[in-house]
Amino acid sequence: MNFQSNTKANFKVVGTRVPRPDGVDKVTGRALYGADFNVPGMQVGLILRSPHAHATINSIDTSKATALPGVKAVVTSADLGVPEDESLRDVQDNCLARGKVLYDGHAVAAVAAKDMATAKAALKLIKVDYTPLPHVTDVDAAMKLDAPVVQEARADESVPEGCGPNVTHYCEFGHGDLESGFGMADLILERSFTTAATHQGYIEPHACVASYGTDDKADLWCTTQGQYFVRDLCSGILGIEGSQLRVTASEIGGGFGGKTTVFIEPVALALSRKAGRPVKIVMSRVDVFRATGPTVSSSMDVRIGMTKDGRITAAEAKLRYQGGAFPCGTVDMGAQAAFAAYDLKAVRTQGWNALTNRPKEAAYRAPGAPMAIYAVESVVDELCQQLDLDPLDVRILNAADAGTKSSYGPTFDQIGLMATLEAAKEHDHYHAPLGENQGRGLSCGFWFNFGGNTSVSLAINSDGTVSVTEGNPDIGGSRASISMMAAEELGVAYEKVRTIITDTSSLGQNDVTDGSRVTFAVGLATIKAARAAIRVMCGRVAKIWGIDEDAVVWEDGAAKPSGPNAGDFEPMTLADIAAISSETGGPIAGHHEVNAEGAGVSFGVHLADVEVDPETGATKVLRYTVFQDAGKAVHPDYVEGQMQGGAAQGIGWALNEEYIYGDDGRLQNAGFLDYRIPVASDLPNIDTVILEIPNPGHPYGVRGVGETPIVPPLAALSNAVSRAIGVRLHELPMSPPKILKAVMAKG
Amino acid sequence: MQYMKPSTATEASDILARNEGAARILGGGTDLLVQMRSGMIEPEMIVDIKHLDGITDITAEDGGLRIGAAVSGQRLGEHEGARAMWPGVVEACELIGSTQIQGRCTMAGNLCNGGPAADSVPAMIAAAAVARIEGPKGARDCPVEEFVTGPGKTVLGKGEFVSSIFLPARPKAASDAYLRFIPRTEMDIAVASAGVNIVLADDGTIKSARVALGAVGPKVVLVADAADAIIGSKLEDPAITALVRACEAAASPIDDKRGTVEFRTTVVGVLAKRAARIAMDRAQENATGEKT
Amino acid sequence: MKNIHVSTTLNGDDAEFVCAPEETLLDALRNRLGLSGAKEGCGTGDCGACTVEMDGRLVCSCLVLGAEAQGAQIKTVEGMAIGEALHPLQQAFIDHAALQCGICTPGILVAAKNLLERNPDPTDTEIRYWLAGNLCRCTGYDKIIKAVQIAAADMRGA
Repeated sequence: MNFQSNTKANFKVVGTRVPRPDGVDKVTGRALYGADFNVPGMQVGLILRSPHAHATINSIDTSKATALPGVKAVVTSADLGVPEDESLRDVQDNCLARGKVLYDGHAVAAVAAKDMATAKAALKLIKVDYTPLPHVTDVDAAMKLDAPVVQEARADESVPEGCGPNVTHYCEFGHGDLESGFGMADLILERSFTTAATHQGYIEPHACVASYGTDDKADLWCTTQGQYFVRDLCSGILGIEGSQLRVTASEIGGGFGGKTTVFIEPVALALSRKAGRPVKIVMSRVDVFRATGPTVSSSMDVRIGMTKDGRITAAEAKLRYQGGAFPCGTVDMGAQAAFAAYDLKAVRTQGWNALTNRPKEAAYRAPGAPMAIYAVESVVDELCQQLDLDPLDVRILNAADAGTKSSYGPTFDQIGLMATLEAAKEHDHYHAPLGENQGRGLSCGFWFNFGGNTSVSLAINSDGTVSVTEGNPDIGGSRASISMMAAEELGVAYEKVRTIITDTSSLGQNDVTDGSRVTFAVGLATIKAARAAIRVMCGRVAKIWGIDEDAVVWEDGAAKPSGPNAGDFEPMTLADIAAISSETGGPIAGHHEVNAEGAGVSFGVHLADVEVDPETGATKVLRYTVFQDAGKAVHPDYVEGQMQGGAAQGIGWALNEEYIYGDDGRLQNAGFLDYRIPVASDLPNIDTVILEIPNPGHPYGVRGVGETPIVPPLAALSNAVSRAIGVRLHELPMSPPKILKAVMAKG
Repeated sequence: MQYMKPSTATEASDILARNEGAARILGGGTDLLVQMRSGMIEPEMIVDIKHLDGITDITAEDGGLRIGAAVSGQRLGEHEGARAMWPGVVEACELIGSTQIQGRCTMAGNLCNGGPAADSVPAMIAAAAVARIEGPKGARDCPVEEFVTGPGKTVLGKGEFVSSIFLPARPKAASDAYLRFIPRTEMDIAVASAGVNIVLADDGTIKSARVALGAVGPKVVLVADAADAIIGSKLEDPAITALVRACEAAASPIDDKRGTVEFRTTVVGVLAKRAARIAMDRAQENATGEKT
Repeated sequence: MKNIHVSTTLNGDDAEFVCAPEETLLDALRNRLGLSGAKEGCGTGDCGACTVEMDGRLVCSCLVLGAEAQGAQIKTVEGMAIGEALHPLQQAFIDHAALQCGICTPGILVAAKNLLERNPDPTDTEIRYWLAGNLCRCTGYDKIIKAVQIAAADMRGA
């Protein structure tokens, strides 16, 4: 079927606001999350972590801990092999340090014991002999030629000569003649920015139960965004075959990218293997902050030239990211995303990644994009201010559209940027008056969106109901949207469909729930699985009616003759066909396996009004509106929810959230008290406007919506605050001491 | 570890004395359990004082109010008499933690923790509140301003614990206020704070005042110069300027993850100014019976 | 270390359990009484995911000792629905998409119920400050506040 010319337009189920199928479980306390799972004979696992930012491990003496009554196993990296694959080795070394500890909180050893008190006592009996080494936690310091070396010789082939020893990766994107572009500008601004590392801040700490048998067959239950990836990593680290490790994902209490890798799971499996009993590990909140993946911190230079009527003539950005103690490619995505919203004749972005003595970066919602776009959108806003131009008009004038050669290479298909900009311009928020000490900021946002490996199975049950089996944990209502698309395609009521998320042994590979891919890719596979089932049903009906399969069509949930020539038969509903399936050839099901492409990029525009207390530097967000292209909003409530949740995370990033390291290289704010995510009273209502510019790559036009909304708040807030106080800010977070300092410096 | 539930002050004091250093008082537990969880302390004995006589009561005494050591923030906030008489103390106590923390936290615990950023302490000091201490030799009283001797250190001796806080009587034309600065709107530790308590003369000028500042030094400080700056005034601009200067001068904060020296010093003056104005409005309202 | 025997009232029913002296009410609920609706998000009273009601007041059950439940009335999310009938707040949260991952939901529901029992007609600001100790990282709180208002209106009408 050619979707390009056949994007569905008339929907019965898609686009409605049905109750989510896991709703009752989640409002009654019945839903089981990572830490809620228990098995008989389970031991308590606990992990010993480094108090040093950087140190050589001379020895680990576990003998006293092992001898403590009630201790069933103690493991260190010596209990694991050394994987050949470099990235797998990094994951393993992050789970249990080998040779050196690379950051404060790096796991060193682990125990399994009969209870928590014994496990705690055992940890104290493990003696680790360290030799502390010089450390570096700041990205600019880490880039230097004489910086402390975090890991030797980790630069990949992209890194040019002359970079410091911690630089592991370099990238460059763009096109056109920068020099002549800047030559045409009436005003060129060059500004430098920094952003702090932020954490995904999911409320559910990582948790798992591992059960490893003496026959090298193992089960793992854990909270994750991707059970298949957990299986691949853990089986690789443990040296067992993938088929022998079954991973089941629990309900997940937030991930935002932070649960796309493993931290405790291989350790729990290693402990279980050694102890011969199931082992449960639940991370503490302190450990979550110290040792799971925050996002990168950055230092950036952006230079943009503009004519006095607002046309951008040339743009360039230099991005320096650190993603902790292991090589990390996040800067690639920042460098590609930086100028995606603009149609530019001359553009170049360069990116460097440097190692630091910080935890290994994990994906965080649109990884790499928010900081780069913050820097770009800040400079565009300042250009508008200096040239006395309307910032929305300037975005519209320079906006990328269908046919634009993007700053990172590909030419855009249908995209929704112009529509969102125009919607923002028409919205009353943009025209509402502002009071004293108030400012309005805006920013564009962008995310690529991913497709990826997806496998879905759909069974037509004999009672006329439908079971969908998929393999992507539901982090924000995806069971509902998948059920809706199945119901839509089959022409049955939403209530007739139940979507189940299965373990790794029950379907083909499913990539991680990331890249805003699930509603797009799992939805696409579900629709195609439904079509496969429809083909079977039409075939059965053709046999019953004794006509050609081609003469049977599927409409409104029933098989019908394709026209008068096909014969005169009463339509047979899905329920009719299902009821007699055992007489017509047996069970009916459809399945679809695909490495989905055509995810369709996503754009959004945010408007923020703030008021700054000039005496304290406190910022209050007064009003906030999100405009975003969803392609087709399958379940509008949950599309809005993504837009609102992303905006809230971005507001936190802009105002208060940051990893704070002391001179000793230790994390100073490993808790929700001093890592300040927004609380309910910090935020206003977050208004949403959904635009629907269909994605040609999806049968219903769906685009991923999850990641784009975290991108614009950084610059929207910074631009709003800068306009409110009359001073430009170039650093995130804009915590009150920084704002007050800027206000006082202005006089 | 042992959990003890004494039913008399003597019994509680006895347990504490016999287990000096190893026993910890459990009132609301909102600091104690956090410290136990982090491994900061590992007590051998927990002494739950919530079952002592009067410990959860708010009682009128000598025109003032005696607040039992186990009275939660929320309970204090529900007490109309306390709100009317000492609104600054009540609002300070209500700022400790979330609604959930309010269900358990106490002013006495906030005080005994000995932290310079404790929300209720500047307000209590401004109010000239007095802590009642029970111990092996019976009860003794200690002004709250003298209770904390350094970060985490108090005047409590062997076998002693705080059983109540006394908020004294006050004239009609008087009131108090407390403000703190935090980066968010809730759920943070004060970066700077100020409690102001004033009494008006018949002519509407400030007859007496007490100004206490939090989170700008190793302990909460009572700033006599700040009070002197506003006594005799109606908070006209020169008086306010002098108040702000006095507060800035009295501040000796540190740079840390929560704020800089510069920020704390500036903001504590702003907070004192604003709190003084609120206290003034309230006092005038009390004096005239009309909202200002 | 000697375990303590505790008699309490849990969601209206008599309940007994034994626990270690240092064990929290949250651990007792989850590990001794089989109620895993209250979640541990931080263990330090900063996230509110473990919120339960104790003698009519909201508490972080991670900051209460199990032993303190002796003689107390404890209410958890598991006690909100009566048989098949969801509490109006629970229904409103489902109908108006006030949850995404759902990990904060039990704590928020218990806290919101306690609010509406005290104040049947709160303003948005009152709801936001009341729930400031319940962190939600998914929703941006918007739909939570709206669902509480809808449930409040429903309960006032009932």
